[in-house]
Amino acid sequence: MKPSLPRVAASVVVSKASLQKVFDNMRVSGFSLVGPTVREGAIVLDELTQMSELPVGWSDLQAPGGYRLERTREPQYFAYSCGPQSWKKYLLPARLKLFSVEKENGNWRVQPAQNLVPRYAFIGVRACELSAIAIQDRVFMTGEFRDPHYARRREPIFILAVQCTQSASTCFCVSMKTGPRAAGGFDLALTELPDTFVVEVGSEAGSEMLRDTAWAPATAFDLGRATQACQRAGREMQRQMRTDDLPGLLYNNLEHPRWDEVATRCLSCANCTQVCPTCFCVNVEDHSNLKATAAERTRVWDSCFALDFSHVHGGNIRPTIRSRYRQWLTHKLASWIDQFGVSGCVGCGRCITWCPVGIDLTEEVQAIRDKAIK
Amino acid sequence: MSPETRPKLAVYKFSSCDGCQLAILSLEDELLSLVGEVEIAYFLEARSQTLEGPYDVTLVEGSVSTAEDIERIHKVREQSKYLITIGACATAGGIQALRNWADVGEFVRAVYATPAYINTLEQSTPISAHVAVDFELNGCPINKYQILEVLTALLVGRAPHLPRHSVCLECKRRGTSCVMVLGGIPCLGPLTQAGCGALCPAYNRGCYGCFGPMESPNPDSFAGFLLKNGTPRAELIRMLRGFTGYAEVFRSAGDKLAKTSP
Repeated sequence: MKPSLPRVAASVVVSKASLQKVFDNMRVSGFSLVGPTVREGAIVLDELTQMSELPVGWSDLQAPGGYRLERTREPQYFAYSCGPQSWKKYLLPARLKLFSVEKENGNWRVQPAQNLVPRYAFIGVRACELSAIAIQDRVFMTGEFRDPHYARRREPIFILAVQCTQSASTCFCVSMKTGPRAAGGFDLALTELPDTFVVEVGSEAGSEMLRDTAWAPATAFDLGRATQACQRAGREMQRQMRTDDLPGLLYNNLEHPRWDEVATRCLSCANCTQVCPTCFCVNVEDHSNLKATAAERTRVWDSCFALDFSHVHGGNIRPTIRSRYRQWLTHKLASWIDQFGVSGCVGCGRCITWCPVGIDLTEEVQAIRDKAIK
Repeated sequence: MSPETRPKLAVYKFSSCDGCQLAILSLEDELLSLVGEVEIAYFLEARSQTLEGPYDVTLVEGSVSTAEDIERIHKVREQSKYLITIGACATAGGIQALRNWADVGEFVRAVYATPAYINTLEQSTPISAHVAVDFELNGCPINKYQILEVLTALLVGRAPHLPRHSVCLECKRRGTSCVMVLGGIPCLGPLTQAGCGALCPAYNRGCYGCFGPMESPNPDSFAGFLLKNGTPRAELIRMLRGFTGYAEVFRSAGDKLAKTSP
């Protein structure tokens, strides 16, 4: 007789319809489900209750500066790549009240913000996105400065990952060694086959969510099909970036003419940094009442492409678009490694797709490499 | 603050639709505390009683479009210690600056039954073309919380927190997917200063540029990309010559496109 729940590290198969039972189990366990759904012509992240709210039968066509949904032949649940939003929407909210202060009898009273934080279950996290979350974990939860707001959101989450079986034209996770297959960092990981889901169990909590799903151990045939589907995503990948010598290449070419050239195209609009799943820059805004007897502080997403972001005492240290693009790219691909021991790029391609004028960082790096000064 | 020491605030209207004054009046929850801190000395849309100048802070709505406007703005300036233009008309000439690319006489004949009654200047110009301006607040109309922030900052003695970056950041913060990338809708958002909360893209419309050019716009790249991808030149010019079309960045970008027209 098979046990009632699969063990950790096991692979099982469940029927597609059983995913609803997994959703129900999560909700009963107190999780708020968030995951992909179609809104205004794009696959974005939002609250989910039913598996029918997933982008069933939708795929995406991505190109530099272009994104479009199209119908799939079969009603698949996960036949698309990363959309415009990333999980930082929930872990690092775009706008977060931090505290308020009020003057009472000449003294300031500080009141920390009472933000309700749900226990999130993230549905449909891709391999590159798991890497992005791991990078933000390093930034916010290790070392001397730990961000309590991030940690409070991050620690209780449940992750249902999805192994990619297709790649967008803007994907390059193979180059960044972050995908297409997620090896760990999830509670459950689904691979969608035409007839079934193959599920890898990553944790006890993950196993628990398979209760009453009529799961069965995956056969060698199922596992083989799942592996091949994922390998196809890797083979299909159209973009690549050589990474072995990247920091050296960029540091040695800080005066490369390509920076001038890209500055003629870059709008400095900051879209790339906002869609990037690892970009974490924020600003804090203080607003007082008219009498200056009460104020509150809010943290909002900011960007190194915003001029005021690099305004420091004495002036602006990056007054030109050239200097701001160079700062972004060299930080993402080089000095990020010095700072956090890992590249800031996971190869998801969002910055390429969502740049309104289609600037492609893999192309920029290649152009620098082709005519490298050193 | 005691009535004697409250700073005197004046609000003047020039050529405009009154929308920015209404934005101030729509500060329903904050209006009472505002009048507790400043004396509304001159604000015809809010109070029939007027007090003599000089005024500590003067808000000016509207552009200069008549000979009387020119005379009047100099008088207003003389009476004002700190002059703030509010809105697209006062700051950039407004939608009525469309005449700056056309024959105003022709407009007058087309619009008015008795053109002889109309006495107007050839061009609609921003307040800063005539007198020194201490601060310019953008928007069509202005964002009521931004005017409150400007007045609060003045009262407290600090710099106001107003974004100068693109509308795109506001789209992303509210979770709106880019309409340019999604549907190829021409959107002035990447060139335009934030402040409206990215209203139009949230309703699947391109940005009209109401808050004027952002801090470091790149109109050449923007226009070149749209032209290459099929936006008709005439549509692009019309887009740039909108509510803040006479602002330097949009004006020169539109003029350049018109000049290089094949």
